[in-house]
Amino acid sequence: MMPELGKYAGAVLSSYGLSLALLIALIWYSLWRSRRVAKSLKDVEDRVKNG
Amino acid sequence: MIALLIRDIRLAVRAGGGFGLGLAFFLIVVVLVPFAVGPETTLLSRIAPGILWIGALLACLLSLDRIFALDREDGSLDLLASAPLPMEGIVTVKALAHWITTGLPLVVAAPVLAVLLSLPEAGFLWLVLSLLIGTPALSVIGTFGAALTVGIKRGGLLLSLLVLPLYVPTLIFGAEVARRGAEGLEVDTPLFLLGAITLFSVALLPFASAAVLRMNLR
Amino acid sequence: MSSIWEYANPKKFIETVDKVLPFVSVLAAIGLVAGLIWGFFFTPDDYRQGSTVKIIYLHVPSALMAINAWLMMLVASLVWLIRRHHVSALAARAAAPVGAVMTIIALLTGAIWGQPMWGTWWAWDPRLTSFLILFLFYLGYIALWSAIENDDTAADLTSVLCIVGSVFAVLSRYAVNFWNQGLHQGASLSLDKEENVADVFYFPLLVSIGGFILLFLALVLLRTRTEIRARRMRALLIRERMS
Repeated sequence: MMPELGKYAGAVLSSYGLSLALLIALIWYSLWRSRRVAKSLKDVEDRVKNG
Repeated sequence: MIALLIRDIRLAVRAGGGFGLGLAFFLIVVVLVPFAVGPETTLLSRIAPGILWIGALLACLLSLDRIFALDREDGSLDLLASAPLPMEGIVTVKALAHWITTGLPLVVAAPVLAVLLSLPEAGFLWLVLSLLIGTPALSVIGTFGAALTVGIKRGGLLLSLLVLPLYVPTLIFGAEVARRGAEGLEVDTPLFLLGAITLFSVALLPFASAAVLRMNLR
Repeated sequence: MSSIWEYANPKKFIETVDKVLPFVSVLAAIGLVAGLIWGFFFTPDDYRQGSTVKIIYLHVPSALMAINAWLMMLVASLVWLIRRHHVSALAARAAAPVGAVMTIIALLTGAIWGQPMWGTWWAWDPRLTSFLILFLFYLGYIALWSAIENDDTAADLTSVLCIVGSVFAVLSRYAVNFWNQGLHQGASLSLDKEENVADVFYFPLLVSIGGFILLFLALVLLRTRTEIRARRMRALLIRERMS
């Protein structure tokens, strides 16, 4: 399954690893912030309506 | 406009106006470099043009936040904005005042400090000339950065972060002129491009600075 | 669908995002996974570069997106300054961190590729240097956004910074070119067939680029929606405090 990467295995694997880690971190952070902001906006809206 | 220029220069020269600070900073940078890289004259004379340009650039940066901040604090900036002067004119005068109080002294001091770094004799003229042509661009670009950050408390660090990338072309061409001059190479092309950058900045950036200042004073 | 400006209405924009985002996300995931797996597992090694050629499936798309993100921010800034649509300003704000991350990926993969190929992690090659400068512009832009409290002022100032920054970024690009002729290879995607990379590498690269574009789109939509909500929340809180 794993392709033969030869003597450059370290370079190839580390660049894939680092890039994917960065992308996942960015996606995760965006989703997390999206959820948090949506929730607190809802709280504020409810408070404004009821208060 | 001339009254404003004179007022600004006077304020800067007055004690506490920060007039000497830029020069002192320039001196200190140049003195520290040999401590860091060693006292060999061959090495020093090779890196001298670059060090002098970096020193001048940082010294310029140091006094940028004073361009508008003091006027903003005592309210005279709002007065100026409602004066019959166009905002573009105010911004240009401010940049000019900054250049006269910071840029010009640096140009004058540079050859003296160049001796400390044993700049080759052929390079003196080109160093002074490149700084003379390049520092107005530094002042104008810096004024834009100062106008951007005028509403921010303790915006000094942010100001550096915004302005330094904008300084890249000026630094490249300016230091290139000084370096080629010191090595006795042909300097026409970078000198011409440096002049183009300066003219371009002086002609267009005041409009951006004025627009930004208006947004900040709204 | 009478006009594109309808989407400048924040409510309408959020509704559209809610509808479109799942599709875009799935497509982005498919594109990325397909392109990268194809590139990683099913392409041959280059006869000169060995297996490091596989890095281009990350390097080229991220570099493209790093520049295109800035272009998108420039267009959005102009739209904000001319037509005063809040969504536009907030989209520029949302895109900046994505562009910055793309720039980091391009720089990192470039450095890792350069180590075995050029024998050094970093060379002051014009393109590398330009990307580093571009990264600094992203940092300044993001920092300015977060430093200003008033939303509209922040949008105005960052828009002007983006425009001026674009001009100076182009100037820097030429200045850097002048300063050091580099060792970078020519455009690997130009239409000029002579310079082009071979077809085996070309097609997975295209798929991967498509995946990156879709990922960028999905992230910007998601983050713009977040910014719109955050802005609305701040407005509500201010109104609450006033009354």
